[in-house]
Amino acid sequence: MKKIDRSCKVRKNFHQAKWDEAIIFELSQKGERGILVPKAETKISEKVGDGISKLPKNMKRKTVLNLPEMSQNRVLRHYTRLSQETLGADVNVEIGQGTCTVKYSPKINDQLSRIPKMAELHPLQDESTVQGILQIMYETDLYLREVSGMDRITFQPGGGSQGVFTMASLVYAYYKEKGEENQRNEIITTIYSHPSDAAAPHVKGYKIVYIHPDENGYPDFEAFKAAVSDKTAAFFVANPEDTGVYNKNILKFTKLVHEHGGLCGYDQANANGLLGVTRAKEAGFDMCFFNLHKTFSTPHGCGGPAVGATGVLKHIEKYLPAPLVDYDGEKYYLNYEITNNPYSVGKIRSFNGVAQVVLKAYAWIRSLGPEGLYQVAKTAVLNNNYLFKKLMELPYVDAPYIKGKQRVEQVRYTLEKLYNETGVSTADVQRRMMDFGMHYWQSHHPYYIPEPMTLEPTETPSKADLDEYIETLKFIFNEAYTNPEIVKTAPHQSVCHYIDESGMDDPEKWAVTWRSYQKKFK
Amino acid sequence: MTIRGFKNHPYIPNSVPEIEDEMLKEIGLNSIEELHEDVPDEIKLKENLNFPEALGSEYELKRHIEGILNKNKNCLENLNFLGAGCWQHYVPAICDEINGRGEFLTAYGGEPYNDFGRFQALFEYQSLVAELVDMEVVNVPTMDWTQAAATAISMASRVVGKKQVLVPRLMDREKLMAIKNYCEPVLEIVEVDYDKKTGCMCMDDLKKKISDKTAAVYFENPSYLGFIEVNGHKISDIAHELGALSVVGVDPISLGVIAPPPSYGANIVCGDLQPLGVHMNYGGGQSGFMATMDEEKYVMEFPSRLFGIASTNVEGEYGFGDVAYDRTSFGNYRENGKEYVGTQSALWGITAGVYLATMGPKGMEEVGQTIMQKSQYAVRRLNELDNINGSYFDSVFFKEFVVDFSKTGKSVKEVNKALLEKGIFGGKDLSEDFPELGQCALYCVTEVHTKTDIDKLITALEEIVL
Repeated sequence: MKKIDRSCKVRKNFHQAKWDEAIIFELSQKGERGILVPKAETKISEKVGDGISKLPKNMKRKTVLNLPEMSQNRVLRHYTRLSQETLGADVNVEIGQGTCTVKYSPKINDQLSRIPKMAELHPLQDESTVQGILQIMYETDLYLREVSGMDRITFQPGGGSQGVFTMASLVYAYYKEKGEENQRNEIITTIYSHPSDAAAPHVKGYKIVYIHPDENGYPDFEAFKAAVSDKTAAFFVANPEDTGVYNKNILKFTKLVHEHGGLCGYDQANANGLLGVTRAKEAGFDMCFFNLHKTFSTPHGCGGPAVGATGVLKHIEKYLPAPLVDYDGEKYYLNYEITNNPYSVGKIRSFNGVAQVVLKAYAWIRSLGPEGLYQVAKTAVLNNNYLFKKLMELPYVDAPYIKGKQRVEQVRYTLEKLYNETGVSTADVQRRMMDFGMHYWQSHHPYYIPEPMTLEPTETPSKADLDEYIETLKFIFNEAYTNPEIVKTAPHQSVCHYIDESGMDDPEKWAVTWRSYQKKFK
Repeated sequence: MTIRGFKNHPYIPNSVPEIEDEMLKEIGLNSIEELHEDVPDEIKLKENLNFPEALGSEYELKRHIEGILNKNKNCLENLNFLGAGCWQHYVPAICDEINGRGEFLTAYGGEPYNDFGRFQALFEYQSLVAELVDMEVVNVPTMDWTQAAATAISMASRVVGKKQVLVPRLMDREKLMAIKNYCEPVLEIVEVDYDKKTGCMCMDDLKKKISDKTAAVYFENPSYLGFIEVNGHKISDIAHELGALSVVGVDPISLGVIAPPPSYGANIVCGDLQPLGVHMNYGGGQSGFMATMDEEKYVMEFPSRLFGIASTNVEGEYGFGDVAYDRTSFGNYRENGKEYVGTQSALWGITAGVYLATMGPKGMEEVGQTIMQKSQYAVRRLNELDNINGSYFDSVFFKEFVVDFSKTGKSVKEVNKALLEKGIFGGKDLSEDFPELGQCALYCVTEVHTKTDIDKLITALEEIVL
């Protein structure tokens, strides 16, 4: 047998698993069932009867639930097929989801989070029975304090956006105590920070003031000076922003806000390239958050569960949600004392956050140590700048701002030239990338950078992986000039073809559930 | 300066020195120290972070963490009667199997073209929960019930254009705290008193407090303390008469036997998915949902993503996409966002879908009935004990009930301490949250409890209180 020629790095023969799998309701077979449920013992039913006759008439379910009736193996097969039709980071070279830090999540961490000593804990158990998980939470708090320079971490926020919301809540509580909550009604952010940096403070009633970039892509300091005033409650910013540009003048920004009596909150969703290199405290921030599912490798789970670990300096501590985890030298305990004051934000998420995600972050930190975290940042930045250099060598790829300088852990590129010359858009490239088993993300709306492409390699891919991704992009860019139709009509090798989204904004046509679909499209 | 970095680390392929050098050369640098040129020296760390060195191997990591976790005593080794927002139900093996699939576990923000299965699984989750609550629109999961309730209340406020919300006095105090924080300073939250005998919402107080300023009345069924709010219909009617909405929080595992909220007038339904195939995880298994009918005025007020079904340009295929994407903070509504879109708890949504499909209509009906029988049995047995009142409130309940120890001369704290010594986790102490109830505890009995388990509790309590 002839040895396969692997010199071409593009996976031209890729095809994603396509199962033509029916919608689950279509698989229902009358009488089938997936599991037998434990019944009440005869002695119980002899004593209390059927249990449900006690229900008041108006509170009894009168109709049979319209759930599918399926044997267990059919349910398993259905969902396993759907999983095969999902291109998680475990199965593809995940470089394409910029701003999200999709890195390798070690399997051992997941296995440890599933053992009954973790999974079968009730959050209200007596403290003496949960010393293990409290120790994990306490020590992870200490590690994150060290990574950020903050004085205290809460694990309650269930994701980065709730971390931003927590920061906005802390800011509100801080000024409420000072009686300035009505006066300080503005939060300043930048257009290249995550949408949640604007949206979450808006939930707390704040007016949002945007700073646009200067010609170099740094937040415009002159515009910033004009925006900061005694109305400023806080400045929320990601650094680097989603463009991958690091604001080297960040200290000037945070100092100015403090001079006007405002607070500074650091969106550290993009922290991966800075671990052990620089910290929130030294950059002048009063608070910050980390996405444990991003920077600290607890996997993304299709969008959670996650933790938006939020850290604060001492002067913000008493506003944190309760409880915090502490150690008295002998035992770990839930501390309500620090936050037991009328100005605490009280509670953000139920119980004490997503403990098993904290456990995974703990395991990740312990498997890397301080030197490993530093290496993560350095390799992530190295990988990014390698990718950046290789892509910028292509005539149809550009990246606005700081020409010739390094980016941190990601870059927002523009394919404007490619689009102008070929009519192939970034959305077309995105779909075509799928034909080679690759994921690719454009950016959040609105597109401040035209035809955007946002790539973030992290420390995970090897040089060979990066080269494969680059070669695949080059292959498609070449197609855009030679055979644009194949790109525009992509994907061809995916589970489904070009989706008609024309009904998605039309109340007559949208269908969020099978029930709605059947009603509208009989 | 200390030499930093960790070469040849198994999670970092390009930490191999030769490859690192080759790549550095490619970008014109000599060492990794030369990266981060824009980070000013004055804020650069000069030394390594100060915490323990890396553990030497995966094996050592496993031993180390298992050693710490072994200090925990869990609800399998002990007999657990705690509920109060996180419940011990049986998790079918198939839920863990699907939940642990690497493709779902490590997927994130892909498009339907690469994450087709994620979209379909979440669309199906939405569809299955819609059947359970008898609604037509369900969102991709939120953080937890607490957030779902806060979001549902805010949605209601936007739909009717009013700023005051009524909630029951007997609700989870921590959930109320979170809702208040979420709503402050935009919405006003007012508590409605309860009927001392039944625990249900006091109709007179409701009528007194509701006005044309009220946006919504929020209540739960089963309530936080387990009793069934029998006046659901009356509450909804009173709300509707004054132009307010009825928002109902619900434990989804009850809906195989209990009437779905729209049957008693609910406009928005919310709740937690944790009972549907998710382990307790020390409170990390929570995941919220919201549901409404398919009416534009409601759909446009959802702040979360809604995955809808669509056609593709090839007949015989379904595709998926975001319904009314622009309404979200990911669309064009950043600073006017109704809330924030970000990572929440999608994997639990997929898991809940697996659970509902596995249980089917029969399973959901049976589990509801079993829970009712077993919890009623527990109360009957508790009532046989002198000085213990098995159910403080005179209402039908589901799964949870308030046990009154006031007459025993012992505090709940003392009782629970003694129970713990016998390997039993007693119910949540309510004496701080609701001091007017005296020494009461919230007990939870589900399908996982056997007659022997319940009898063991009774024997233990007999020994403790007599």
